[in-house]
Amino acid sequence: MTPDPARALVIGASAGGVQALLAILPELPADFPLPVLIVLHVPADRSNVLAPLFASKCALTVKEAEDKEPTQPGVVYFAPSDYHLLVEADGALALSSDELVNYSRPSIDVLFESAADAYGAGLVGLVLTGANEDGAAGLKAVAAAGGLTFVEDPASAYARPMPEAALRACPAAQVMSLARIPEVLKGLGQA
Amino acid sequence: MDAALSPVAPHEVEDIEIQLLLEALFQRYHYDFRHYARASIKRRLLQARTHFGLPSLTALQERVLHDPEMLPQLLGFLTVQVSEMFRDPAYFRALREQVLPHLRTYPSLKVWIAGCSAGEEVYSLAILFREEGLFDRTMFYATDINPDALRAAEAGVYSLDRIRKFTENHQKSGGRTSLSDYYTADYGRAVFDKSLRANVVFSDHSLVSDAVFGEMQLISCRNVMIYFDRPLQDRAVGLFKDSLARNGFLGIGSKESLRFSRHAGAFADFVPEEKIYRRREP
Repeated sequence: MTPDPARALVIGASAGGVQALLAILPELPADFPLPVLIVLHVPADRSNVLAPLFASKCALTVKEAEDKEPTQPGVVYFAPSDYHLLVEADGALALSSDELVNYSRPSIDVLFESAADAYGAGLVGLVLTGANEDGAAGLKAVAAAGGLTFVEDPASAYARPMPEAALRACPAAQVMSLARIPEVLKGLGQA
Repeated sequence: MDAALSPVAPHEVEDIEIQLLLEALFQRYHYDFRHYARASIKRRLLQARTHFGLPSLTALQERVLHDPEMLPQLLGFLTVQVSEMFRDPAYFRALREQVLPHLRTYPSLKVWIAGCSAGEEVYSLAILFREEGLFDRTMFYATDINPDALRAAEAGVYSLDRIRKFTENHQKSGGRTSLSDYYTADYGRAVFDKSLRANVVFSDHSLVSDAVFGEMQLISCRNVMIYFDRPLQDRAVGLFKDSLARNGFLGIGSKESLRFSRHAGAFADFVPEEKIYRRREP
């Protein structure tokens, strides 16, 4: 049986996440075939600096996610600060200001769980560095829906707790160093 | 294999259960969440299922259909909105500095806070209007579909541990007074001055099913329509369009937009970065 082709990539990161994403996103080519949805924890008042920061360094289009926006391949969408980012069944993005999940808004679990419903086995989930346990339940949901799961190697991550928690929840996830992640991602969605 | 017996993912069964549960709520109690954005509704329903210790959403449907006393609690899950006073201070600063100078030219004003939840925004606007000397000529209409939320809004009591954030927001909004002028602390709670709600009408009103009830100079409806699907958003925006006086103002949430709405043409950007629009001349 051939695996389902990848249709979307979700990434979650917290402490050290900006640096980790700077090692990944600029490496992806302009024709990267998947939409990339990202929750990165930042303080709520440091609002919305992420998209401009990454846009100048990436071949991909980088923007802040808007409510009801349809996703497109080769576009990176950051959850706005202080809102959860979700995916609807038709692949459109949705925002919510529901209560914090894992002390976080946006929460990685909220994105991953809704994306797992929307994309099923076509979803790829990646959990990076972080000092809390958000993303663990979400990655488990990605695996349960048949999607691919990747975790940054806790041994070399800036902060270990988040990738460690993700691996406890989802032991079958592939562990890889930050340096290797871009190469693996570039292989996704190719026939 | 027979198509009818082919395996489906558990979440596909849940999707069927959600649809049936929302239909049941509508038919039994006339609460209509059928056009709410599904991904958030699902999270909220699953939280409710866990809270009530039920094995499935079907079980939740069974309970709420037969036990009306459970409805308020379920409504709490489906509508609860965590807000802050002066949330997004720049929005309130824009109202203060750019919208209120226009409102000052009217002898009397009507303001509608649509989806007022527990009232944080109602008290924020009441304080803002008082600071700017417009309170006495203004009637505020605070509406929500959740009776418990309306009761909380009318009570105006908030946990003291939230006050620090409220105070910080109020200062950033350009507040001319101290927030502590408006409440008394009492056993871990801040009780807001009842004179702030002297001109406030709290009322049950649904953006899904109810109609225009007055001509407004300002409507504030923030982080309510993100929970609606496109057709329901269109209905709500149409209602605001028909409720606004000529040149009236509409403020929405910082991540919401009228751009995709059928009624976008009826509104002009007024303070685009704070999502404040102005009704065009019809």
